[in-house]
Amino acid sequence: MNGTNQLSRYAELTLVLTKKEIKVRYKSYLLGYVWSIANPLAFAFVFYVVFQVVMKIQIENYVLFLICGLFPWQWFSNSVNASPATFLGNASLIKKIKFPRSSVVLATVLQDAAHFALSLPVVVVFLLAYGSSPSLTWIWGIPILMFVQLLLTFGSALFLATVNLFFRDMERLVAVIMVFVFYFTPVLYSDKMIPDKYDSLLILHPVAPLIISWRSLLLEGVVNVRYVEISFVHATAIFFVGYLVYRKLSWRFAEVL
Amino acid sequence: MTGPMIVFESLSKWYPLYHPVTAGLKRFLFGFPLAVRSLRLNRFEALRNISFSVYPGETFGIIGRNGAGKSTTLGLIAGVLSPSSGSVEVKGRVSPLLELGSGFHQELTGAENIELNGVLLGLSRRQVADRLKSIVEFSELGDYISQPIRTYSSGMLARLGFSIVAHLDPHILLIDEILAVGDLSFQKKCTETLEYFKKNGVTMVFVSHSMEDVTGLCDRVMWIEGHTVRMIGPPEQVVEAYIGSIP
Repeated sequence: MNGTNQLSRYAELTLVLTKKEIKVRYKSYLLGYVWSIANPLAFAFVFYVVFQVVMKIQIENYVLFLICGLFPWQWFSNSVNASPATFLGNASLIKKIKFPRSSVVLATVLQDAAHFALSLPVVVVFLLAYGSSPSLTWIWGIPILMFVQLLLTFGSALFLATVNLFFRDMERLVAVIMVFVFYFTPVLYSDKMIPDKYDSLLILHPVAPLIISWRSLLLEGVVNVRYVEISFVHATAIFFVGYLVYRKLSWRFAEVL
Repeated sequence: MTGPMIVFESLSKWYPLYHPVTAGLKRFLFGFPLAVRSLRLNRFEALRNISFSVYPGETFGIIGRNGAGKSTTLGLIAGVLSPSSGSVEVKGRVSPLLELGSGFHQELTGAENIELNGVLLGLSRRQVADRLKSIVEFSELGDYISQPIRTYSSGMLARLGFSIVAHLDPHILLIDEILAVGDLSFQKKCTETLEYFKKNGVTMVFVSHSMEDVTGLCDRVMWIEGHTVRMIGPPEQVVEAYIGSIP
């Protein structure tokens, strides 16, 4: 097979697998779409009560602020939390058929990406409810940020899915690490509230610059070029690490499953 | 195509035993030096120094006890495993005949599963769409094809899987113990399809515990015992020797 053929096979395979993921997610639930936005909305409500009503955090329109960070975070966290089980869950395929294994991981990440895209109208509803409106910069800002996040999420998921085959503790470890990442990422609070002495650490954070970029885009219609650049560097680095680990180990998948 | 379709040359396959690492973080951390050493020493030999060739149009049977290395051999031909030493060469498109349900998703309909499996097994979506009608016809599932396959009986599932593979135009077909399922008329149909493949020059590798099927279908048979080749030859002779060896 030549390069173009392989690429189109990869694309078709990913498409069919993504379609399957989406269908399976919606099929047996009457309120399919509602469930996929109910989760971040429920979190937003809980955080609103805890941090604004009880703890009186000084952020304007806190619910809107939360939603603009929580929706992109949900995409990242759903994909990453599901990733250790991806290859394990497809053991019977991997042991029998020769096909590019990474497409299974890409399909789950794309499925979460589709849900994120579908949840954007909810952000619009909240913007309007708070007397604000979507900005024209969304037209090019959203595709750029989605691409960066896809790179970051696919890289992380590929790494975790691969490593978990050889080191099954990864699954538990990921659950713990993700709690850390969530609270150390400015989702509940704004990056301006971080004490100055830790401010320089923010650019070393693989997820924070992306979430900050999402929020300035969705909330203020501003593409924060510096943070977008930083998150692109992180995403590219993580993608290559994930891809290299996968490349190095994928020939042994059928042995360890 | 000329020359053999499959060539195994003094091939060995061993797996490192991963238990020290997979047993958990605690043992991994505290027993690390030991774990590394045992990784090198402890290996499980699945196949030892195996050589054989399969020729175009041939139906090649593999028999042996459980755990002898039959499935590993199929995995090496399918290209999902790579040899630890020696070499394997395979010409043309290989198709595994999937075990019941392994490539299927319970919640999807029969038709959706056809698309999923067809693409996984190497067809383009276009090709699957073109063949969908004849796949459904072959499977005799009728209107059931638009029902989720969790409602199917095991015989219906087998019919679906078999119909997909029958429409893949493989050069080499790998069959791992499939004929045991389905009702009598389906089994008859399977046998007929295999005969059809045979007539059309498809090379088949057939793993089975049913000596009747092996002698009935195969041109040559390989008996694997203790992870190495015990005997290769005409079906009757090999099967007889194999049966004779069982105490």
